[in-house]
Amino acid sequence: MLIKQLSIFVENKPGRLCAVTGILKENNIDIKALSIADTRDFGILRLIVNDPEKACEALKKEDCTVTITDVIVIGVEDKPGKLADILCLLHKNSISVEYMYAFISKTDNMAFVILRVEDNDKTIKIMEENNIDVISNDVISKGLI
Amino acid sequence: MEKYWDEQMECALPHEMKSLQSFRLSQKVRQIYENVPYYKTKMDELNIKPEDIKSVDDLHKLPFTVKQDLRDTYPYGLFAVPMNDVVRVHASSGTTGKQIVVGYTENDLEIWKNCCARAITAAGGEKHDFMHVSYGYGLFTGGLGLHYGAEKVGMTVIPVSVGNTQRQITILKDFGSTVICCTPSYALYLAETMEEMGIKKEDIKLKAGIFGAEPWTEEMRIQIQEKLGIQAFDIYGLSEIIGPGVSFECSEQTGMHINEDHFIPEIIDPDTGEVLPEGEQGELVFTCITKEAFPLLRYRTRDIAILKRNKCSCGRTLIKMMKPAGRSDDMLIIRGVNVFPSQVESVLLQLGNTSPHYQLIVDRVNNVDTLEIQVEISAEMFSDKVKNIEEQESLIKSSVESILGISAKIKIVEPRTIPRSEGKAVRVIDKRKK
Repeated sequence: MLIKQLSIFVENKPGRLCAVTGILKENNIDIKALSIADTRDFGILRLIVNDPEKACEALKKEDCTVTITDVIVIGVEDKPGKLADILCLLHKNSISVEYMYAFISKTDNMAFVILRVEDNDKTIKIMEENNIDVISNDVISKGLI
Repeated sequence: MEKYWDEQMECALPHEMKSLQSFRLSQKVRQIYENVPYYKTKMDELNIKPEDIKSVDDLHKLPFTVKQDLRDTYPYGLFAVPMNDVVRVHASSGTTGKQIVVGYTENDLEIWKNCCARAITAAGGEKHDFMHVSYGYGLFTGGLGLHYGAEKVGMTVIPVSVGNTQRQITILKDFGSTVICCTPSYALYLAETMEEMGIKKEDIKLKAGIFGAEPWTEEMRIQIQEKLGIQAFDIYGLSEIIGPGVSFECSEQTGMHINEDHFIPEIIDPDTGEVLPEGEQGELVFTCITKEAFPLLRYRTRDIAILKRNKCSCGRTLIKMMKPAGRSDDMLIIRGVNVFPSQVESVLLQLGNTSPHYQLIVDRVNNVDTLEIQVEISAEMFSDKVKNIEEQESLIKSSVESILGISAKIKIVEPRTIPRSEGKAVRVIDKRKK
């Protein structure tokens, strides 16, 4: 139930983003969602892609510093208030959110939120108990959303 | 009218000086042979007995001493007197984080005070002057060295130490400092801060400055003299020999007179060890002939210089050394502090999870030396959380700062961005103008 997210170290220097995404382009990797955390000297580019293992290998071959992190992707109706409901639910259950970002479905009225939390198992359990969709790897790799 | 602190010594006739040096040398070699096992072994290996050293002309027979010898005998292995007689120790950076430790007896401190007093007097400092000491006080020999030299002269000493520049300027103005001691780059920094504070050189009473602990050019001297309205004098020293006061500039400002009645200088070819004649450039070597606690024989300073014994208009006959032209090792001087790139390396290796690919970028911004250390990120260091990387950066920063003794900016860079070289890795990019 966990999604493999790529985290890539990017130095704050001209051309770095272009170079990194260029490698993904060369290897025909499809990016579903992205976010970038930046500091003064560097950033961490986080990506949800269709084939994280292939992307990881391709990036490492070009000397990129990359790691794979397990994150949870949940699906909600794309309506005002839905995100707040999720976050309040997590708060009620004392689950701390490290970071998050989101993307919307191409096919129906759904929004997907990528969460990095402290406790993956507990979070999945709470989502299931509250009938919230936890998206699986297959769904992403097969391009179903 | 030229004033001397010790006219008899500073203006001695050359043959008188040589006799004195020869006498002191033969006594000192005996004392060292009998009290320092490390030197006895070295001399025995070369089949040299103290009685073989009768004059300065025999100096070349003695073995050299290098920094590694001091590291190997850390901390007190080269001391020639019982520790009970050592009333002070000082220390400076070693190449891999182990400090170089030196010591002084009461008589040694007296020698040191007099050497600095000579320097201060040559710079025009007198009893009625107010000495502003902006060198660091502590294990570093700069602060306490000039402090006690100035007290010996009878000046009113203001031990300001380093830092808090605005306060320094207020003190300069209000306490009436007339002579200042600090690094030349700090002098320029003070001048600029004064300008920002709206204080003109006419508002302060400074007449002279004694600057050392780092190399500086004629251009810098002109700037300092212009901006602060003073005469700027050079002073040279190293803690292994005594601290500041090994040599000093006089009113002619064309080189520094060496206190050769205490420290016999030689210039050698750094590759062969051959002693070079006067006027030729080579590595500066000193032999201590009066110090009791820590007398070194033929210590290789790694500074490249030239010796000249010509007639000086100041009247002093002490041999002169030209400003050091560089180093024969990779030591840097940043904000007056000795820094070895290998110190950074030992820190990174100790931290374990960093790559051995690093580079020091040294620059000068607004007359202050800056140090940036670029470290390539390694797989172990990388984390999905920014916070983790920043924590590692912080850890590197605090470890490096505690080993080097100065602050540095740490920049984590991508792998393979630090140029690799065929031969020796280029560890330092020094952007400061020569």
